[in-house]
Amino acid sequence: MEIQKKSISKASLQKLIEKLNANGRKIIAPVKKENLVEFGFISGLEQMAEDYILTNQSAKSAAFPKFEKLFSYEVTKNGITQSDSGNTEFPELVLLGVRPCDADGFTSLSAIFTWDYHDTQYTDRLNKTTLISISCSKCDDYCFCTSVDGHPGNTKGSDIQLTRLESGDYLAEIITEKGITVMNLAPELFANAPAVEKEKYLALVPSRFKAGEIAGKIKSLFENDIWIEQSLRCLGCGACAFVCPACACFDIQDESKGKNGIRLRCWDSCGFSLFTLHTSGHNPREVQSQRWRQRLMHKFSYMPERLDVLGCVGCGRCSRACPVDMNIMEHLINISEVQA
Amino acid sequence: MNHQNLYLPYLMTIEKVTEEAPFVKTFRLKFKNEEEGSRFSFHTGQFGEYSVLGEGESTFCVASPSTRKGYIECTFRQMGRVTTALSNLEVGDTIGFRGPYGNVFPVDDWKGRNILFVAGGIALPPMRSVIWTCLDTRDNFKDITILYGARSVDALVYKHELKEWNERPDVNLVLTVDPGGETPDWNGQVGFVPTILDKLSPSCENTIAVVCGPPVMIKYSFPVLKRLGFEDENIFTTLENRMKCGFGKCGRCNVGKVFVCKDGPVFTLKQLNELPAEY
Repeated sequence: MEIQKKSISKASLQKLIEKLNANGRKIIAPVKKENLVEFGFISGLEQMAEDYILTNQSAKSAAFPKFEKLFSYEVTKNGITQSDSGNTEFPELVLLGVRPCDADGFTSLSAIFTWDYHDTQYTDRLNKTTLISISCSKCDDYCFCTSVDGHPGNTKGSDIQLTRLESGDYLAEIITEKGITVMNLAPELFANAPAVEKEKYLALVPSRFKAGEIAGKIKSLFENDIWIEQSLRCLGCGACAFVCPACACFDIQDESKGKNGIRLRCWDSCGFSLFTLHTSGHNPREVQSQRWRQRLMHKFSYMPERLDVLGCVGCGRCSRACPVDMNIMEHLINISEVQA
Repeated sequence: MNHQNLYLPYLMTIEKVTEEAPFVKTFRLKFKNEEEGSRFSFHTGQFGEYSVLGEGESTFCVASPSTRKGYIECTFRQMGRVTTALSNLEVGDTIGFRGPYGNVFPVDDWKGRNILFVAGGIALPPMRSVIWTCLDTRDNFKDITILYGARSVDALVYKHELKEWNERPDVNLVLTVDPGGETPDWNGQVGFVPTILDKLSPSCENTIAVVCGPPVMIKYSFPVLKRLGFEDENIFTTLENRMKCGFGKCGRCNVGKVFVCKDGPVFTLKQLNELPAEY
């Protein structure tokens, strides 16, 4: 559908939040927590952080929580009873102030969770989530969305995108049916769009490499020593995967208390040595360089080849979170330059 | 769009427990819900996720043949948390099962060919499904040779079936145990599977080879088959990467661009040659 352009004032946005709350939707937005900005529930615009580049964690947990129940069970005298509450427990969410890269992260996640088998655990949550992104007027040295087909005003994945104008009002782009549904809750809050050029309000994120070229290149480097060089200091801590908006690897575990329990899934990482370890002791990816290679190959070669999407949106969170300062952007530039 | 929880297992009753070898058991499982059972079907080579609720899930191939309906069997060795919990169960107990997942052995394409099975240790179970599928439709195939080895005489699984295959005139069964694993009354071969395979030197003429075993056995058996003239596309194996979901989401069994759970577990050597050796 064609994007509708509107505008919304700060006061109207506050009213929209109240309206959404009254409508039974929970609102999640960037909130200041000590020196971090994280997603948290808000009931008013004043609680929302201003002046942030990115939240510490990505927005993915709205549809793919760090830890979620798959079903519950009870061991009874006659055997086992399993109960699946379906999607009835999933909340109606509105994510406000998500960055365009985070919204686009759902494109990668959706590709994984819907190819062939349809993972309703994920899709039901996503269907109940409306993403209102705010385009980026600032970036930092870790940002590289423009190198991976993204953009500070990229509307892919967002239902509505806001761009802050100098007047304090927002340009509101209504992108999807879900966006229209939100707008239609209070159409009077949306005014006609002023004649502005959106680009003018966006950060300038320099393009550092071309993801398309990396995809072809990286395959030929499988046996290259670059993986060893790049991963020498990797601790295998998995922080990169946990902050990544496009990482979908997970583990399945049981948690029981007496005769009751749940089967749950939780985030996992291909960077952990246990990830692929067989019970026999055999491990197909024994050393960290193989696991680092898997991380980049999966995101920049296997996913584009199999699912037609990249597994990276260029948010740079992995580089910010890395305790030993491995910078993915520098490593990718490195890969683009190395002679095969 | 199929709107069901992919993670919810079928509930199965353990109908029969067979002790195959020390720490190795076979369960015969029946669907608690008959309607689910009648809707269920699988093909040889596919696998499932077997669970003890509260402990977790384990991945095994369906060890029974697809030609026999109404039940499935799995054979496992007690190794970790889930298989230990499974081991402690008895006839009448309930377990969870998700599946069938993965691709299949293309037995229909093998009609009119000789079949050579090469198996080691606890890897006979996935192959047993194919062996019985072939034996249940015996007229479709020419010579059937089974080479099976284990660490010791004690560790050979499906002892009663080995006896049955040994007595059949239409099956050529060769058993071997690792040096030192033989007993005084052992009348089979002594030596590692690749060595015995070399000694046996089966003809590659019109023959499909199915190889399944620990990584080291597979590693040394492929070159023997190559030396005997087997083409890469006529050598089949089933990979045993660690898995969780079983349907290409959790990322664990990803090797190169394939997911062992989706694109496998059955691969030809030709397909393996195109993959990084991360299995």
